[in-house]
Amino acid sequence: MASELSVQKGVRALLSNVSLTVNQGDVWQLAGGNGVGKTSLLRAFARLARIEVFGRLERCEDVLYSGHSAALKGALTPRQNLMTHPSGLNAPSDLAIDTALEAVGVLGHADVQTARLSAGQKRRVALARLFLPSPRLWLLDEPFTALDVQGVTVLEARFLEHARSGGAVVFTSHQSAALGDDLKVLNLEHYCGD
Amino acid sequence: MTDQSGIDILRYLRGQTARHVRLQLASPSEIVNPLLFFLLVVILFPLGLGPDPERLALLAPGILWVVALLANLMICMRLFVDDFEDGSLEQLAMASTPLALSVIPQLLAAWMTGGLVLSLAAPLFGMMLGLPVSAVPVLVASLLMGTAIMLLLGAVGAALTVGVRRGGILLALLILPLYIPVLIAGTRALDEALHSGDPVVALAFLGAGVTGGLLLAPLAIAAGLRVSLEL
Repeated sequence: MASELSVQKGVRALLSNVSLTVNQGDVWQLAGGNGVGKTSLLRAFARLARIEVFGRLERCEDVLYSGHSAALKGALTPRQNLMTHPSGLNAPSDLAIDTALEAVGVLGHADVQTARLSAGQKRRVALARLFLPSPRLWLLDEPFTALDVQGVTVLEARFLEHARSGGAVVFTSHQSAALGDDLKVLNLEHYCGD
Repeated sequence: MTDQSGIDILRYLRGQTARHVRLQLASPSEIVNPLLFFLLVVILFPLGLGPDPERLALLAPGILWVVALLANLMICMRLFVDDFEDGSLEQLAMASTPLALSVIPQLLAAWMTGGLVLSLAAPLFGMMLGLPVSAVPVLVASLLMGTAIMLLLGAVGAALTVGVRRGGILLALLILPLYIPVLIAGTRALDEALHSGDPVVALAFLGAGVTGGLLLAPLAIAAGLRVSLEL
């Protein structure tokens, strides 16, 4: 997907010569400490970065990107939030939404204003999008933030399920995920600076 | 094939507009605040200028239009802020739909809950200032078109300043000069109507502005949003 990619932020070179190929069935973790450039690289993959990216970048058209901000509307209920993705496309069926909300354990709050939910619950609602019919490639920025242990387990299981059904996942995290042999880790500390 | 995608675009626009209207209705204060502002300023003018109905009626076109312009500025300041902060804009920019197309529903929803409401409430405010009933159709028509132009122009500024902290003043500096022709045409139409002239020329000018704005503004807004999102 990317070869000899360099990421620059302002005048500071963040990463240089990163190469990463994501195949079907892969689960990649971009690891590294704060400020090493995990988010910048992920945003480069999602084509959410401007000219600060040099190198070759090939990517399939359809990706699901979930960033630091969850793109949830506090004034809407979780159900309404899932019904209309901000991009407006692929409206899922009611059944699919119920199943997704149940999978992340917030079905009981499906009709409460999202603004009234806790941070972890909001995170779960955002992650419920992963249980809806979705593009094959997922780019997830810190998906485990604010989740409890059980939430992390559910999410990891979903990653594996997605990978086995021919999808691919790239996510950033400081923590080591308990995904066993299926997880490939790209430690960005090795590509730091000039 | 073309038919199919034509229907899809319509359905997309309708669905997205409904979503944005629902979002606006979920926080009614943003709809009511510009109206209250309009009402308060219109109440202040007779207090400051004295209650002479003839003098007020003479000044009414200018007062109504300037206040409508400022109320519209309030609406523009909020336009993309929420979507920028919660990441919805990012998702919108990433989607396969061109950004110039996908901002249209939001503009449409903002006009329906802003400019349209202001225009329909304006006759009431006009009567408070002693505007004759005969001028009401021209008032409503000129404001319907004027608020649409001002929203389109303001949205370009809002798109450019949404990433700036406290960008409100910057937005006002950017777009108020662009509002001047709209203000002149709008008050001109009302003046003509008041003095039994022909308001058609001024109204046609506004109509041309709406058409041109609808064609060009979405492109400028999309470019502005990309700058703000650092894409």
